[in-house]
Amino acid sequence: MNTPEYDLVIIGAGPAGMSAATTASSHGLKVAILDEQAAPGGQIYRSISSPAIANESILGADYYHGRTLLSAMRYAKVDYFPSSSVWTVSPELLISFSKAGKSSQIKAKKLLIATGAQERPVPFLGWTLPGVMSCGAAQILLKSSGLIPSGPLVLAGSGPLLLLIAAQLNRAGVEIEAILDTTPKGRYLKSLRHLPAALRNLPLLLKGVGLLIELKRAGVRYINNAAQLKALPDDTGLLTKLQFKTGEATDTFNCKTLLVHQGVVPNVQLTRALQLEHQWDELQQCWKPTLDSWGESSQAGIFVAGDSSGIAGARAAEYMGELTARRIAQLLDKLSQETLLLKTAKTGRLLQQQQAIRPFLDALYQPADEFLKPSDETLVCRCEEVTAGQIRSMVAQGCTGPNQTKAFSRAGMGPCQGRLCGLTVAQIIANERQVTVSEVGYYQIRTPIKPLTIGELADLAE
Amino acid sequence: MPNALPFKRLPTNKAEWVTVYIEGQPVKVRQGDSAAAAVLAAGLQPSRTTVVSGSGRAPYCLMGVCFECLLQIDGVENVQGCMTPAREGMQIMSQKQARQLNNSKPSDLKPTDLKNSHIKNEDTAV
Repeated sequence: MNTPEYDLVIIGAGPAGMSAATTASSHGLKVAILDEQAAPGGQIYRSISSPAIANESILGADYYHGRTLLSAMRYAKVDYFPSSSVWTVSPELLISFSKAGKSSQIKAKKLLIATGAQERPVPFLGWTLPGVMSCGAAQILLKSSGLIPSGPLVLAGSGPLLLLIAAQLNRAGVEIEAILDTTPKGRYLKSLRHLPAALRNLPLLLKGVGLLIELKRAGVRYINNAAQLKALPDDTGLLTKLQFKTGEATDTFNCKTLLVHQGVVPNVQLTRALQLEHQWDELQQCWKPTLDSWGESSQAGIFVAGDSSGIAGARAAEYMGELTARRIAQLLDKLSQETLLLKTAKTGRLLQQQQAIRPFLDALYQPADEFLKPSDETLVCRCEEVTAGQIRSMVAQGCTGPNQTKAFSRAGMGPCQGRLCGLTVAQIIANERQVTVSEVGYYQIRTPIKPLTIGELADLAE
Repeated sequence: MPNALPFKRLPTNKAEWVTVYIEGQPVKVRQGDSAAAAVLAAGLQPSRTTVVSGSGRAPYCLMGVCFECLLQIDGVENVQGCMTPAREGMQIMSQKQARQLNNSKPSDLKPTDLKNSHIKNEDTAV
């Protein structure tokens, strides 16, 4: 069997992947882009090739900017593989992926990982109840299906996406009972010192303020300093109430849908599985791969761009994809070092402008402690149903890191492979041991990083 | 059986509509909907029960991360609903705890058989 060979293989067709594919092919590189979704766009531009909602003012202009990236990629000479889940990559950059129940392999001279972000896990009492969903999920339903949640609806959490989805649902005519902002009191003051730098990206800053004003004008009830969330079930086990505290007072809202959000974190499943070097980002409270200024990882030939390299947003991802693709073209002798610097100067400046606002946003929206180190009764591993208290008692018994608690309790060994508990488990252990999260480390992620049938594995033996 | 309030649909751009069967009941969904979206549109909650305690769960992230939307689709268990586009005639059932290893082949199953196998799963899950 002849394995197709490419100059550049890109994993992920979001803003970073799409712009990298277009740029690389413009330099004459033979490019393949693999994406696990059925259509390009990633999550931010999900379903951009056929948006579901007729009324474009609901999602807003930033979403439809994805069309620019999409049409550029369509005109470029790029081999696009949709519905293709990469499950392993060999050190020689042989990429194994599964598509429609069959496995295939392609070979790459250079690899670009652009697998984007996932929402940070938001553990609190009752977060596993049917009716509780992430804000990102509600947005995906809007973009790809035009579906809106059943009410009464409450949103709770912290971060720009919370405000954005609230505004979008409000524009769609959805009644919102309340928005509970869990941003701790001191954060506004704490983030102020980053404000001057953030002013370099004034349009984005104003967009955030604009969303707040829009929600206030619409008369949506907005409650600050919400804490100690507790979702309660009815007698059939479905969500029926959200209990919370503001200061000393306890309050309750009836709700059938609760949308939660505590920011996004890099999707490190593949970069971890490939054992690339990672570092702990204290401000963003997450792991990210260690990269040089062009996005090259600790393993030569493997690059990371976009939110999977550290959270910076869709526009930054687009610029990073372009910069990294040009660097790869230069490494493959398609352009000189001089031309590279010339061609990347402007995009480099645009990227810096996008990144300038991050320290402010990261300081402001750092999750409250109750979501990072939840109460003992809270489930942290949703798949294997392990509580924060169980993790703590394992630390008391001598577990020093997540790989030990995994062996003791199966936390992180369910179908999500630790995606929804890895950060929480590590932070609980670090806090109990009074050491840094870096010292505690992360799960050893092993391939295949997506569930695979024996048949899909056997395909490769032919 | 659908028991929760279904998600509602905004006016959408023109697209094909397909009929899927959720716990045996026909539901019209839009081409481009995932099986997990179809389940929410039909009001089937919970859509799975957990392996450990049997507690009810429903789709949570819809982007392939959380695996809470595991469903039985066309007779195959533990399929990620949010990563599976809805197709005409698709048979969607809730996933009851762990998958059964002696499951029949999907091609052998008819809608009525699916229902029976579902009840059987429920019994063995106790």
